[in-house]
Amino acid sequence: MKRLSGGLIDRSQTIHFTFNGKRYQGHPGDTLASALLANCVQLVGRSFKYHRPRGIVSAGSEEPNALVTLREGARAEPNTRATMAELYDGLVARSQNHVGPLNFDLLAVNDLLSPFFAAGFYYKTFMWPRAFWEKLYEPAIRRAAGLGELSELPDPDAYDRGYLHADLLVVGAGPAGLAAALAAGRAGAKVLLADEDFRLGGRLLAESDQLDGAPAQDWVAAVKAELESLPNVRILTRTVIFGVYDHGVYGAVERVSDHLPTPGGAVRQTLWRIVAKRAVLAAGATERHIPFADNDRPGIMLAGAMRAYANRWATAPGTGAPVAIFTNNDDGHRTALDLMAKGIPVAAVIDARRGVERHGEYRLLPQADVIGTQGRLGLHSLTVRTARGSDTLQVGALGVAGGWNPNVHLASHHRGRPVWDERNLAFVPGQGGPGGLFPAGACAGKGSTAEALADGLRAATEALAELGLTTPALPLPRAEARYDNTAPIWHVPGKRRAWVDFQNDVTVKDIVLAHKENMRPVEHLKRWTTLGMATDQGKTANVTALAVMAELTGKTIPQTGTTIFRPPYTGVSLGVLGGGDTGTHFRPRRLTPTHHWAKANGATFVEVGPWMRAQYFVRPGETHWRQSVDREVLSVRADVGLCDVTTLGKVDVQGADATLFLDRLYANAMASLKVGMVRYGLMLREDGTAYDDGTCARLAEDHYVVTTTTANAGPVYRNMEFARQCLWPELDVQLISTTDAWAQIAVAGPKSRELLSRLVDGFDLSNEAFPFMACAPLTICNGLRARLFRISFSGELAYELAVPARYGHALMARLMEAGADLGATPYGTEALGVLRIEKGHAAGAELNGQTTGQMIGLGKMVSSKKDAIGNIMSRREGLAAEKRLLVGLQPVNAADTVVPGSHLFTQGAPRDLAHDQGWITSAAYSPHVGSSIGLAFLEDGANRMGEVITAANPLQGSEVAVRVVPSHFVDPEGGRLRA
Amino acid sequence: MLIPHPLLGLRDAQEFTYLGDARLIDRPTGGNEAELAEYVYLRDNPAGVHRELWFHEQGDRSWLVVTRNTLTHEILGAELARDVSLARKGDMA
Repeated sequence: MKRLSGGLIDRSQTIHFTFNGKRYQGHPGDTLASALLANCVQLVGRSFKYHRPRGIVSAGSEEPNALVTLREGARAEPNTRATMAELYDGLVARSQNHVGPLNFDLLAVNDLLSPFFAAGFYYKTFMWPRAFWEKLYEPAIRRAAGLGELSELPDPDAYDRGYLHADLLVVGAGPAGLAAALAAGRAGAKVLLADEDFRLGGRLLAESDQLDGAPAQDWVAAVKAELESLPNVRILTRTVIFGVYDHGVYGAVERVSDHLPTPGGAVRQTLWRIVAKRAVLAAGATERHIPFADNDRPGIMLAGAMRAYANRWATAPGTGAPVAIFTNNDDGHRTALDLMAKGIPVAAVIDARRGVERHGEYRLLPQADVIGTQGRLGLHSLTVRTARGSDTLQVGALGVAGGWNPNVHLASHHRGRPVWDERNLAFVPGQGGPGGLFPAGACAGKGSTAEALADGLRAATEALAELGLTTPALPLPRAEARYDNTAPIWHVPGKRRAWVDFQNDVTVKDIVLAHKENMRPVEHLKRWTTLGMATDQGKTANVTALAVMAELTGKTIPQTGTTIFRPPYTGVSLGVLGGGDTGTHFRPRRLTPTHHWAKANGATFVEVGPWMRAQYFVRPGETHWRQSVDREVLSVRADVGLCDVTTLGKVDVQGADATLFLDRLYANAMASLKVGMVRYGLMLREDGTAYDDGTCARLAEDHYVVTTTTANAGPVYRNMEFARQCLWPELDVQLISTTDAWAQIAVAGPKSRELLSRLVDGFDLSNEAFPFMACAPLTICNGLRARLFRISFSGELAYELAVPARYGHALMARLMEAGADLGATPYGTEALGVLRIEKGHAAGAELNGQTTGQMIGLGKMVSSKKDAIGNIMSRREGLAAEKRLLVGLQPVNAADTVVPGSHLFTQGAPRDLAHDQGWITSAAYSPHVGSSIGLAFLEDGANRMGEVITAANPLQGSEVAVRVVPSHFVDPEGGRLRA
Repeated sequence: MLIPHPLLGLRDAQEFTYLGDARLIDRPTGGNEAELAEYVYLRDNPAGVHRELWFHEQGDRSWLVVTRNTLTHEILGAELARDVSLARKGDMA
């Protein structure tokens, strides 16, 4: 490890890491990139398309080349920028996108084939034969292209999400951001200061600048200390603000423990949703390079990055050989001076401008261009063309200074259009863009330290003034104000390839080709060449490409177009977007009041929407679910069964106009329902389609409880509120969802009355006193308030008993205990389904949004006397003419299975759409019938009883002969439920 | 997005369920099928200022009429749908 003097690394500790299996050393404060450079590692990866050897280009999040796979096993994280990976002890990284060792990549043959891989190559070449694309071309291309690979193992780490609120969000903690945060902090505003780096200071960390005659780090440290002391300021380091969303909502990712050897101990990353009244964008600027022949060799990097590595990380860019600078502005000279101050030999400053002068004691080549480079795995020499001819320079590294692009990314969200700033030769934030966002400092084209400090203060003052806050005077430190004098020199023309977009291997030649093929608008240029479409979104490439296209078309840059950016600013992992919502945390899981009882009694559970419901209860000796389900069904038919039906939606409806309200809501008449009685209710959609069904129980003159299906509990309540608030606000009616408040248990079977009689407190359950469809409030078990409904889904004598939810578990246990001698049996959703199919009741499979009341045999219920939701539209032509009807099906051969989803055909008819007669909605094995049975919608079903038809299941190539029967397989007269 | 709830102040749009055009408030009465067909199927979908219905489902369960610019997402106002409906009925009476 070779280190220069100074820097912001902790030399008291040495830490170890490996890259491609080789051990190296670094210090706390290093990034993987700075540590690799300190260990003289220049070659870090291979390029996307041509597999060219590549090195580190930048010192920040704009890095296009140095993408590595960090960590191993399940934590392996591909495409991690070495420039952003904080070094920790034991870090393991591997290079990507090569076959064989990094220094001898077999796919480097692509580079020799580059004439074939020009822009648009894939579109033009792999057109024929068509069938080859999917099987041959695409897999081969995908194998050859691309960057890192996923581990394909489950992510072992935890992610979190959180919400933050602020008066002022400051994006970036460079001079502008620090000035803004300090001013706002002192003004008493609630401030959030976020920076993607692990250290505050921004570009000040990379410069040798002095503030008030002292090292800039002293000022940064003082500001940091003050900000930390203010209770109204929160600092978020390692936090990237990746996008601006509506109304001052900002997306941020904090890399909480990515820098720790074992991130698993804490949350790995946090997704912050920040709501800020105002924001100062102080995102800085990104240096651009100047394309010239073979400008992508390891050792060629941005000059500003070179300066950052020397000043902040005390490392030289190369192996000790002299360094050259190629520039079109004064900032390149500044790099030369800083490198020399650190003892790095500077071979020459190659300045493309005319009439420039030296800023120090180095060799200056004015009006000169780099026209070629040499060195297979790392730069070793340059060919330079000057006014006097060409020359060769032996160098180990080259810094390229092509001017600075303001980081306008966030300001260009929300359709903000950057505008061209001719003085700085760069796009700066323009009109429009996110409201309440104040760009300041280098990202607004105010790049010198003095300008940035003043502009940060100005932005904060203006932002806070809009909130009615006054910013106290803030003395700013004295700083240098420079002007870079950047010249519009965008690339060095030549015959060899000159890279514009390193990550996607797009060269000046590709842009020339795009121009030739008339892909001239920037949007076409981008898609034809893939420029700017890599993971770095072309941070170092887009503006340069635009300039080259402008030159080709003879237009100005602003005439050619602008380049805007979508979120995210830098890549965001899907893991953190999920925020921990994986596995059982994917969505809320609702448990019924008898869940734990069911679990202790052999239940297997099934997801029903968000609910976990008991599917069936396995008894000892049962080896197949059908054994359990058949037993449960037969118990209900013969004795008494118990089923938790709490999940059905319940809505409490009260008020003087409750009756009128419900009458307008249900398709069938409700106004005539007497107190103490329940009625089946069918709801339609406004377009006349059947929507939901349930029961409506009138507990008092002005008090009803209505039930909905489990699936529609939420939507029906929402629609009821819509009807109440939007359609008929003049009605005196109030609603509350009580689904969770009451536990409800179905007690079904011929012995249900006997069982209930053992629990009720002197309540008369006789058929006369409490007939079918009666309801009543009562008490049970010596005083527990309850509600009893005599309703039946199974077709048997049955009740539903509701108690406050916290008593649900106890009620189930009590019913089982009291009914032991009656054969009381718990049953789950499978048996519930079999029982209702046997009885021909419609459920979700029938009420699927495509059926009408008529189709489920309830057409007559839809009242023509009133204007309830959907009634009028249900009578329109087409729906009224619907002849498909819910019927029962029984296989002719009892051993055959009726398969739901099968389509129905008249025997002998062709199996095509024109002859389709309907479809099977539900099917089950019926222990009562002794065969498989089904429910189906059948064309002209009313007139086809007894006919044998074909149920075709072409997906499985099976056909079954079935007989059409009434949909009630059990007790069609309904004698049992009235017993 | 943040929605200025008339009773509860600024609330995150995630708490709401979106329905659409606020003209759904004006349900035709009197049983005319043609009017109902228009009510059920025809909606404006303007690029610009739009009045739309939002339900505060994860909140106080009010239906709101939110005036929103669909191009910029700027929210120009929010009222209780109940008040809007009552006012319209008053106008019509």
